[in-house]
Amino acid sequence: MQTTSDEALIGRIAAGDKLAMQVLFARHHVRVYRFVLRLVGDPSRAEDLISDVFLDVWRQADRFEARSQVSTWLLAIARYKALSALRKRPDEELDEETAAAIEDPGDDPEVAVQKKDTSVVLRECLTKLSAEHREIIDLVYYHEKSVEEVSKIVGVPENTVKTRMFYARKKLGELLKAAGVERGWP
Amino acid sequence: MMTINNKAAEREEIEALLPWHAAGTLSRREALKVEQALANDADLARQYATVQEDLVETIGLNESLGAPSARAMQKLMADIEADSSTVRRTASSFSFGGWLSDKLSSFSPRTLAWSATAAALAVVLQAGLLAGMFVSERQGKLYDTASFQGDQIAPGAGTYAMISFAPQATAGEITKLLETYKLALVEGPNGGVYKIRLAVTSLPKEEVAKVLKRLQDESSVRFVGPTAAE
Repeated sequence: MQTTSDEALIGRIAAGDKLAMQVLFARHHVRVYRFVLRLVGDPSRAEDLISDVFLDVWRQADRFEARSQVSTWLLAIARYKALSALRKRPDEELDEETAAAIEDPGDDPEVAVQKKDTSVVLRECLTKLSAEHREIIDLVYYHEKSVEEVSKIVGVPENTVKTRMFYARKKLGELLKAAGVERGWP
Repeated sequence: MMTINNKAAEREEIEALLPWHAAGTLSRREALKVEQALANDADLARQYATVQEDLVETIGLNESLGAPSARAMQKLMADIEADSSTVRRTASSFSFGGWLSDKLSSFSPRTLAWSATAAALAVVLQAGLLAGMFVSERQGKLYDTASFQGDQIAPGAGTYAMISFAPQATAGEITKLLETYKLALVEGPNGGVYKIRLAVTSLPKEEVAKVLKRLQDESSVRFVGPTAAE
């Protein structure tokens, strides 16, 4: 069965078609939600934000120029919304979140090694990365975005995207090493 | 010395591309370059194995995050209803697509809004399914385009044709077609065929043939032909 392309849906949304809006939402809302949730760390807040993201799509559909994929456009709006929301939060709350992201009381290196489960340790280390590194790893591995698309979403040059990804991987390797998992790189 | 530097730079470039190679988002040319390097560099291949491990766990981690509740969609639709741009769009023109959307919402199961598959199916079906409801609901009034008010025309006047839309044609494409050619849906569907009005006056046969030929070339049209009376 042939499905309507995202671009065609945007065209219909620009004409005020609410069903097209629902189809686009059904297609993308879970991935957008997960992207936002990884940035803001609060499910309820992430839900509110994705409604805002798609409301922006409703309002700006007639301005979409198809220079990038619709999913790339959605993630760029989502990122902007998430970062704006984080900026509005009081400083102490931000500090608490940062601390929560860094601290991992239950899993010192010994415990991690005892688990003998690289998969579990790796996931834990992924959550310990900085927001910047988490974001780029998610965009490349989970959202399957090319160098060019990541550059558009994050708003940095393509070379910076590659460098940032390299350092994110390096940091992940260091966290794993500290948790007792030696992979030979870096 | 220069060659060594070039090789090191090239290796660094390949190393940087490994995550995108694992995700399958490189161009064919870049992917080939990475494949060749991996085949000749055991250290790079080991590094690539860790990249693949990272990719699998990143996907697993994201998939474990769950999905938003129905509240997100409810909030969005409520916000859209309340949004000033919605009011402006509704007031400025009658939207065939929007009208179809509202009809579909009321005629479909509630799950429609939550199922991409069901909704995509609805998009394909809606033209045939709802154009008939539209005609019957308006009790003989003609479909209005932005440039034409159907109920100003005396019954029987004008030039007519029969049309069947392609199964894959979307509501948006049909709306665009009707507006481009200033067509009005008059009757149907009868076996998937609609009667349309080409013009409010009687057009010469040659002119009719020209319009029908142009319509037949449209991708959203399966076939179009003159009515029996033409």
